[in-house]
Formats: sequence, C-alpha cells, structure tokens
Amino acid sequence: MNNWPLWEVFLRSRQGLHHKHVGSLHAADEKMAIENARDVYTRRSEGVSIWVVESKHIHASSPDESEALYDPANDKVYRHPTFYDLPDEIKHM
Amino acid sequence: MVPIKSLEEKFQAAVDAEIKIEPKDWMPDAYRKTLIRQISQHAHSEIVGMLPEGNWISRAPSLRRKVGLLAKVQDEAGHGLYLYSACETLGIDREELFEQLNTGKAKYSSIFNYPTTTWADIGAIGWLVDGAAIMNQVMLCRTSYGPYARAMVRICKEESFHQRQGFEILLTLSKGSEEQRAMLQDAVDRWWWPSLMMFGPSDKESTHSAQSMKWKIKRKSNDELRQQFVDATVEQAKILNVTLPDPELKWNEERGHYDFGPIDWEEFWNVVKGNGPCNKERLAARVKAHDEGAWVRDAAVAFAEKQAKRRAEANKVA
Ligand SMILES: [Fe+2]
Ligand SMILES: [Fe+2]
Repeated sequence: MNNWPLWEVFLRSRQGLHHKHVGSLHAADEKMAIENARDVYTRRSEGVSIWVVESKHIHASSPDESEALYDPANDKVYRHPTFYDLPDEIKHM
Repeated sequence: MVPIKSLEEKFQAAVDAEIKIEPKDWMPDAYRKTLIRQISQHAHSEIVGMLPEGNWISRAPSLRRKVGLLAKVQDEAGHGLYLYSACETLGIDREELFEQLNTGKAKYSSIFNYPTTTWADIGAIGWLVDGAAIMNQVMLCRTSYGPYARAMVRICKEESFHQRQGFEILLTLSKGSEEQRAMLQDAVDRWWWPSLMMFGPSDKESTHSAQSMKWKIKRKSNDELRQQFVDATVEQAKILNVTLPDPELKWNEERGHYDFGPIDWEEFWNVVKGNGPCNKERLAARVKAHDEGAWVRDAAVAFAEKQAKRRAEANKVA
C-alpha cells in the first residue's frame, strides 16, 4: 500500500452534466484508479464517465485567502441583471 | 498570527450557523482528533463487518439470497472505502489507519465480534444491525465535517436495501416450518441485546458526548438513538411474529415510547476489551488478508512503474 498514490475521483452522472468530485481512493496507476473508481463509486449507475486525478496534482486555494479572493466580487452588484431598471412592460429580458 | 481563542470562536460560530467545516479550514486539534478516531472506527467497522456475513455467502440457500448478500457485503467494503477516504482528508494516511486496526490499537463496532451460527443470523444482522447502524448514520448525514457528511449521504442511500434484504430473509423464515421459526427466534434472541449496545454507553457514562454535540459531530445522544431504534423495531417484530427477549419491554403511554429492560454493560465492556466470542478470529482474519495481499500490492506498483517507463521510452523514440 505504501506506494499506491491517492487519486481524486470525479463522476459525470449523465451526459450533459459536469464531472463532480465524489471522493478519493488509492491505486497503483491511472488505469487501476479508474477500475477501482468504477467499483467503489458507481455500483448503482451513478456515473457515465470517470475522471481520476492524482491528488498531488490538485492545487487548492486557501480558506485564509478567501476574503482577498472573493470580496472583490461582493460589491459588484452591476454584474447582476437586477441592477438594471427597466419598465414593467418589458416582460422577458 | 491570529490568536487561537478567536480562531476557536470563529470555528464554533461557523458550526453554530450550520456551515460545514471543510478539510483546509482551521479546526481545533481536539475536533480533528475526535473525527479521526470516530471516522476510522466507523470505517474499520464496515470492513470487519464483512466477515460475519461473508461466512454465509457460499452457503446462501438460493441464488436470489446469494446475489443479495454478495451485493450487500460489497457495499460494506465500499462504505469502508468512502470513510477511509473522508478520514484521510484530516491528514492521516491509509497505511497508518490499517496499522491501527491490525495492531488492535483502533476499535471497531463490538457487534462484529459475535458469531453467525445459522442462516437466520444473516437476516437478523440485516434487520437489527444494519437497522441500528442506519439510525446513527441518518443522524451523521448532518454532521459538521463536510467529507464525513457527504460519505454518510452515499452510505445511507445504500443502507435501506441492506435492511430490507435482512427483513425479507426473516419474513420468509417466519412463514416456514416450525424449525425455521425456531431458528428465527433463536437469532433474534442472540442479536437483540448486542444491537442495543451498538449505540454505545448510556448518556450518563458517555465521556465524549457533550463535546461532540457542541461541535455538531453528533446531533442525538446515544440513549435518544437507542430509544428511536427500539420504538421502530418493536413494531416490525410483530410482523415477524417473534418475541424480543426482554420481559420489561412495554409501551409507556406517558413517555410515548417503549420502556425496555437494563442493558448488560458488563458484557458490553468485556467485548470492547477484546474478550467477545470472535475478537481474536476477526482481527486474525484482517491481519492475514493484509499480509497475504502484500505481494499483490507490490506487484501492482512494479507493473505501474514498468508501464510508465515503457511509455516514457516510446515517447522518446517518437
Ligand atoms: Fe455499511
Ligand atoms: Fe449495511
């Protein structure tokens, strides 16, 4: 087990949807990771497509930076449709 | 540096506001430790829990029963893997978790230290053991740690088949010969009390409970869950025409719950300490599987390395 790296598993539950993270597993290589992901995460047709990514290749933002990262978006109300005033006669826009 | 005190306050405020805690968020050391202990114990229980049932796969009385039991046991392996995966997000690795199980340092649910002596035991496990586990797991779907909660949601979706599978086995026996009905009653007699013990010590004795409730790791106390299980199960027992082995079991109009007799905590602690009927056998089976699987794990690594080298060489030529 020592040398079996950790892989993150992403599933597309049906055509037309994004792949979504479902968990992780250990496997010797990418082929085994996909086979194991099939057995561990799709025993009841939960997926039509599997992505596996070795966990060490995932870089995540830090929760400590979340203010610096996301605050700038909070005061930009003009990015939302409700910011713009239109007369009531215009129904769908 | 932000002082620990204010980090702790921020953490508790998030928990109180029902905001899930995620792997990279700051969390108190004791919260992390409690979760590692609880999630790994839970994972080990799923894994060891395959052993008593695996005992009957080759002897299932029909193909229908065999495929059902096989699928259930395979699910339990899956549950163990979801939970190990959730546990690893807390910064402990799989190797260490296995080590803790195999050396007896980590605990797993004591219920799996009881033997499965007849086919009716497989039905009783599905009905009572999975039934008790479900009470606990439904609560844990709302636990404060994100990866644990998500694993529980997956697990709960799969559990209801487990319990129904067990109940159907018992229902069939209940409509069978006198011998089959006796086998059913005997299994229920043996599994009832250990199933009640699965919820852990009574609230008065439970050391970790208050803090776990404050952190919203748990949301119901051991005794509350146990009562919920008794209330649901007594009704189901009527359909099976079995007697639950507790003369003090009776409806209490005032409380709106069933009263039940005292639990033999001495037996409980004795099994926890390693003196149950199958503790040694279960652990030995796990250690044997781990040791005998070593060459497979090594071979897989060697094969993966060889493939990677070949690919690299092919790329160089091209
Ligand atoms: Fe399970
Ligand atoms: Fe189960």
